[in-house]
Amino acid sequence: MSDVVLEARDITRTFMISSGFMRGKRPLHAVNGVNLKLQRGEVLALVGESGCGKTTLAKMLLGLLPPTNGTLELDGQPLGSLSHLEIARIVQPIFQDPYSSLNPRKSIGSIITLPLQVQGDKDPSTWRQRAEEIMELVGLPRRVYNNFPSQLSGGQRQRVAIARALINRPRVVICDEPTSALDVSVQSQILNLLQDLRQELGLTYLMISHNLAVVEHMATRIAVMYLGRIVEEGDAETVFNNPQHPYTEALLGSVLTPDPSLGVPDTHLGAAYPNPLDMPTGCSFHPRCAKMMPQCKQQAPRPIPTESGHVECNLYEDDQGKMRMTS
Amino acid sequence: MTDVTKSSGASQGGSILSSGLDDILEPSPGSLMRKRIFGHTGLVIGGGVLLIILLMAILAPVISPGDPYDQDLSRKLIPPVWHESAKVTWDHPLGTDLLGRDYMTRIFYGARISLLIGFAAMMISGLIGTTLGVLAGYFGGKVDMVVNFIITTRLSLPVVLVALAVVSLIGSSLTVVIWVLGLLIWDRFAVVMRSATQQVRGLDFVAAAQSLGCSTRHIILSEIMPNVANHLIVIATIEMAHAILLEAALSFLGLGVQPPDPSWGLMIAEAKGMLFFDAWLITIPGVALFALVLSINLLGDGMRDVTAPENRN
Repeated sequence: MSDVVLEARDITRTFMISSGFMRGKRPLHAVNGVNLKLQRGEVLALVGESGCGKTTLAKMLLGLLPPTNGTLELDGQPLGSLSHLEIARIVQPIFQDPYSSLNPRKSIGSIITLPLQVQGDKDPSTWRQRAEEIMELVGLPRRVYNNFPSQLSGGQRQRVAIARALINRPRVVICDEPTSALDVSVQSQILNLLQDLRQELGLTYLMISHNLAVVEHMATRIAVMYLGRIVEEGDAETVFNNPQHPYTEALLGSVLTPDPSLGVPDTHLGAAYPNPLDMPTGCSFHPRCAKMMPQCKQQAPRPIPTESGHVECNLYEDDQGKMRMTS
Repeated sequence: MTDVTKSSGASQGGSILSSGLDDILEPSPGSLMRKRIFGHTGLVIGGGVLLIILLMAILAPVISPGDPYDQDLSRKLIPPVWHESAKVTWDHPLGTDLLGRDYMTRIFYGARISLLIGFAAMMISGLIGTTLGVLAGYFGGKVDMVVNFIITTRLSLPVVLVALAVVSLIGSSLTVVIWVLGLLIWDRFAVVMRSATQQVRGLDFVAAAQSLGCSTRHIILSEIMPNVANHLIVIATIEMAHAILLEAALSFLGLGVQPPDPSWGLMIAEAKGMLFFDAWLITIPGVALFALVLSINLLGDGMRDVTAPENRN
């Protein structure tokens, strides 16, 4: 078994968007040629603005949405050859909003044991015991077993969602903003819980987040997404200390400081987010880029290897690339 | 709740303590429900009246003073007991009709027909409408387009006219009335279930169930249906009342239940000639119809208030 638990090769997802009555449909490239490798035990943080395709990518990795192009491999096997149940045993999601991720009409016990039931677990008599084990692991008191989600606090609900995701011991957990719907005081508890569980159960996380503080706390690797492409990827430390792509620099520069006298940071990103239906030519980031060069308007950057990953930016293009452009 | 502060792994002492608190912390869901039901005036009144009518219908052979078909022309048009008339007799507490049949007995037996038609038509229409609505809401896209077309087609048909036409074409009987109404009044079920399903479908717990590998059947039946059931109950009661009124209308027009069966609508029709002289012949079945429809609607409203999650506390 290889150390790569999840690999995406050049995956693309295109939605056809209707542009009005009798006007036909236009393609929207939500995810546009993404390469991603998830090593066992690492925490890969996927950061980027709203609408850049993070959630679409997560849905494809969960097998909920087939990619338009490209291949996805789970544990060395192509995703298409696995059944939904097999995928579910390997990858599980934790959603952003614990108020909508738990069925309000089901008891906590039946929510947590649902994965066992769906997988056709042989021995229903052990379900209660297994549920109580996992509840203890995520820090839920046993007495909530028969309660309903409406009787629990936000933090407790998120623990229920974590317990449901982990009861079948998946290898990869995709966390879609796992703390952004929670109170600040509860956020760190959930993050610490996720860290503890990763060590205890040997999990691999793909963490989607806006919150760079969360990312810095959790991630071992970072992938920065912009308009459906991963523009920079590398070790967390390297990316935080030495960002290569101008967009990464702007994102890191946009973190608010607790000192009000410093004001709101200027990111040079401007207010306009480009329309994904009508992508800019060349490098898709060039209209907002602080370091835009003339060739960026025509030439789409290629992935260039860096210290620990890759970056897609014409700044780092060598002569060969420029030659290609002029020829 | 104090357990939130533990980052992971409840200590053993903590769990022993908390399991001892079970009975104190949470009143059982059953007792909460009972409290809500009996605290709701409309629900209690509607449920009570409906229960009385239901008992009337079920126990009709036992509690009726006579036989609903027994004619006696020598005792025709006896007024009910509260009238100041020489003919009044306790043998016929609600009097007799044009053919001398005991009116109270016919009201009791008429409740059977109204409830039967209302319930059966509601079940048929509920099955059709819910299936169409949930499928459209869940799958969206082309399925939604087709279902929407069917709903629009149905909405463009005037119910009473179509029912009249069908009944006059293929003849009238209890079964025909039930099927005609059932096949005509499913539109509200479909419209409401469609939008309710669309709403629930977008929630994360459906995506969570999908990523657990649940089958579509399981997701629809045990994730979505319980969350749209409160709408279903309300629509079911509205449509049951609707079907009862439509049956009365059809019977009044002579195309519903046929004489000598005792339908309330038919009783009103038979008595319409006596409106100015013996108004009670119309008042009594009219009041019965009113009470039944009102009680069903009150019950539906109450059920919605009691079961809606936003009302839970």
